[in-house]
This record gives sequence, structure tokens and C-alpha cells, in this order.
Amino acid sequence: MSSEVTLARVTRSEWTKLWSLRSTRWSLFVACLAMAGLGPLIAAVSMAHWNQLGEFQRLTFNPLERAMGGYRLAQLAIGVLGVMVISGEYSTGMIRSSLMAVPKRLPVLWAKLLVFTGVAFVLMLVTALISFFASNAIFTEHHVNQTLGSPHALRVFAGSVLFMCVTGVFCTALGTIIRSTAGSISAYVGLMFVLPVVGDILPASLSNTINPYLPSVAGTEVASTFHDPYTFSAWGGFALFCGYTLLAVVVAAVLLKRRDA
Amino acid sequence: MIEVSGVSKRYGEKLAVDDLSFSVQPGVVTGFLGPNGAGKSTTMRLILGLDAPSSGAALVNGKRYQDLQAPLREVGAMLEARAIHTGRSGYNHLLALAQTQGIPRGRVDEVINMVGLESVARKRVGSFSLGMGQRLGVAAALLGDPATVILDEPANGLDPEGIRWIRNLLKGLAADGKTVFLSSHLMSEMEQTAEHLIVIGKGRMIADMSVEAFVAQASSGAPVRVRTPDSVALTAALIGAGARVSAEQDGALAVQGLTTEQVGELAAAERLVLHELTPVQVSLEDAFMSITKDSVEYQQA
Repeated sequence: MSSEVTLARVTRSEWTKLWSLRSTRWSLFVACLAMAGLGPLIAAVSMAHWNQLGEFQRLTFNPLERAMGGYRLAQLAIGVLGVMVISGEYSTGMIRSSLMAVPKRLPVLWAKLLVFTGVAFVLMLVTALISFFASNAIFTEHHVNQTLGSPHALRVFAGSVLFMCVTGVFCTALGTIIRSTAGSISAYVGLMFVLPVVGDILPASLSNTINPYLPSVAGTEVASTFHDPYTFSAWGGFALFCGYTLLAVVVAAVLLKRRDA
Repeated sequence: MIEVSGVSKRYGEKLAVDDLSFSVQPGVVTGFLGPNGAGKSTTMRLILGLDAPSSGAALVNGKRYQDLQAPLREVGAMLEARAIHTGRSGYNHLLALAQTQGIPRGRVDEVINMVGLESVARKRVGSFSLGMGQRLGVAAALLGDPATVILDEPANGLDPEGIRWIRNLLKGLAADGKTVFLSSHLMSEMEQTAEHLIVIGKGRMIADMSVEAFVAQASSGAPVRVRTPDSVALTAALIGAGARVSAEQDGALAVQGLTTEQVGELAAAERLVLHELTPVQVSLEDAFMSITKDSVEYQQA
């Protein structure tokens, strides 16, 4: 039997590593709970007050964004886990064992991205389906009907799932670049959650120019039904977010290859 | 077989390793000695491809570590600093490493038995004692049944029984024809384990020779101990013959500059009774201290 290091073998190893940590299992559980549970919860709360709502509020009610709203919480668990997949190795010294086993180094990064993105995609796809249909079951009782065939529905559904997967990739790249867990998570939270808040307090003329380029704004266009005239299109914004992520991955790969471990 | 040729490593202003060249041969245990901060760990990291040398090259079996197709099957290493995720069980740690190069699961159980961790292998590494962590590190090093084994301070944190265990393990590996390279700052440990020594200080080579030669070299200036009821007469005779003499606490004389034979013949010529005549044995520890005293990083006052 040949015994050299291959990407398939490193991927198996990363699969073992991912599932053999309690912190990983908890993060994934929280992400699943958020994605599957938040939508139906919001649906139930909204529908409880449905009879008190006025005509205008009923007309502008957006069942699609509510059914898929879980991604707004789940992305945090996915992002944090994306960081820890690699920063946890730096903080414990495990990275030295990993790189001694795979001294070409880059297969470790590719395998981590493959395993984590694959797992995130499958889990988020399943929980997003649960959320969509469970929420709709609640909406239907009040004659608010939507299916995956409704306008934008399939795109928002797929967009929410894809956005979380790319967020995971982005965060693993951040973790590889910054190496410390605290630093990487701060950078992630700063870029994705704080920057948009700062953008909002800028003068409108300036914020309308800058905001569309923020990674969180660009990345979530694909998961929303409404578009401001100055923002990117759904897939255009998502493409920009993928571009940022690709850039981060390239920087991460170069640093991983070059730096002393 | 490890070959290090002209390797230097600079971290900013500090030259951690300064033009080191040596080779580590199979079949014997080679000790890598030096005071703390001498550059031992750095040199090992350079050999293992974790750090890139500023100049020179380190080869294992004729290749750079990065170019090995199945590194764990050729080189097993344990670094001084922990290199294990504390949240994972020892078994899963070893399994994940084994899977990168298709080492079968059965081998994971085998090395766990070899290091005696059967009862705790499924527990999280974070709960391990220092000694258990060292044993797990040794298990990882042996995972691929490599021909070359590199261990950084393996005796750290082991109890006396553990130290004897690792000593016998390493001697056994060398007897099987493997290349065994281990670092330590404890001479007494090396004296009982290693046959060949590479000694560095401040990143530079100090000695590359057998343990016997190392002790002999350091013993060359060692004194002869002599005891006589008539110290005054013998001292006068010895000084007359060009020796330097000092009194020991128990009344014996420490003679430098003459061999035991010369001291004995001199006493006979003077018709003096001797109660003791001994060449002083220099221990590896004394030899090491005397040879590295100029290159200790943090000198005590």
C-alpha cells in the first residue's frame, strides 16, 4: 500500500479532528438550533399578533425573510467555528503536529476548508429546509402562503445557506492569517457586525457610497428580498463577498506556506 | 540519518543558530546537549521543516523534510513544547495524525500499548499529567515506525520509572539500527543513554564526539588525588617537580600537572608513605560545565 500524504488522506484526518472536539460539536449544534429554530419562533410570535395588525402592516409583512431569519444568528456560530478550526491548533501547539505530518502545509488548509464547508453546507441546508417549512406551516394557518416557487424564495433560501458557507471559509482564512482565536474572532465581528453600524452613522451621501462594499452588506444581498437603489444586485453583492473571501484565502495560503510554525 | 550543513537561523537581531554542521548516524543514540537557550530546539525545528533556515540546509535521509512523501514513516519527532490539542482524546489525536499518511488504525492501538497509555487513551489530553503528555508525544513519534527518531527533552516531567522506561526504549531503537537524536540539558541523563554527543552553546558547535572522548578531553586537566601522613614533605617534593598542589578538606592533596605515575614515583624516590593515589574522574556533568561555561546564556554571578 502506498503511504504518501494525499489530499484525500488529509481530508479524512481533518474530518476526525473536526468531530473529535467537544467545542466543535457544540458550535455546530448551536448553529443548527439557530438556523432551524429562529425562523419558526419569529413566525409564531408574528402570527400571534396577526389579528391586531393593520392592513398596511399585513401587506408589507415579509414571510420569506422571517422564515430564513435564522441565518442572522447561525452565521455567528459558523464564523466562530470557522476561526477555531485553525486558531485552536495555533493556541494549543497542535499546528506543529499537523505540519510535521503534512510538511507541504497547504493540503492542511484545503482539507480544513473542504471538511468544514462541506459539513456547514449540509447542516445548514437541512436546517434551513426545516425552518422554511416549519415557518410556512405556521404562516399558512393565517392564510399567509409561500413556497420555494414564490418570487425570490429559492434565491433567498439558497443565498442564506451559501452566505453562511462562504462566511465559514472567510473565517478560517482569518484564523490562519491572525492565528489567535481572540484576535480572529474580534476581526470577524469587527468586519461583519461593527463596520455596518459605523457605516450607518456616516452622512448618507458617504454611507451610500461605502456601505454596498462592506462584506456583510454585499454578502447578505443574496439573502434579502429588498434592494436599495445604491446597493449591488443579489448575486453581484454575493460575488463581491466571494471575492473578498478568495483574497483572504490567498493571503492565508501564502502566510501558512512562508511563516515559521 | 540526519545531515545538517552550514545551517544558521536568525530571528530579528538574534542569531539563534550559527553555522552548525553535523550528522547523526544510525545505530547509536546521539545526545544533543547545550545550556538552555543554546539553540537545540531551534535546530530540531529546522530539521523538521517547521522553521526555515536563514542559510544552509538540513536533510533527513538525503531529503529536505518538506520533500518527504510520507514524513511520519521516515521521521518521528516529539517537540519540547506541547503540540497536542488539549480538547481531543489521545486516541483521536494519534488517529488524525495516522490518517494523513494511511497508517492503519491498528498501529494507533499498538503505540498506545507501547507507551502504556491504554487506560487513559480515550480521555481528553487536557486532563493528562506532564508525564502522560510526554508518553503520548513518544507514541506520536513512533506512530509511523520511522527509521529516524528526534526527541526534544523527552525526560521532562517523567518520574524515575518513566525515565528508565524511555532510556531503555531509546537504546532499543538504536540497537534496531534506527537513528536516535535526543536533546537534553541534563548531563546525568545523557551519560546513561547516549553514545555520541553533539554539544552546542549560543548556537555554535562546541563538540561533536563520542561520550568517552568528551569525558577524556575534559579530564585531561583533572587533578590527581593523593593522601600521605607527611603532607608537608610531599607537597615540597611535588612543587619542586613543577606541580600545582592544593589541600583537600579531608587532608588529601589535589595535584595538577603530574600524572598518577609521576606522583607515585616521586613519592617512592622521597621514601614517603602513600595512603591513597587516585586519578580524579570527571563526570560528564563536570565535563559539560567546564566546556560550556563560556557559552551559558545567563551566567550566574
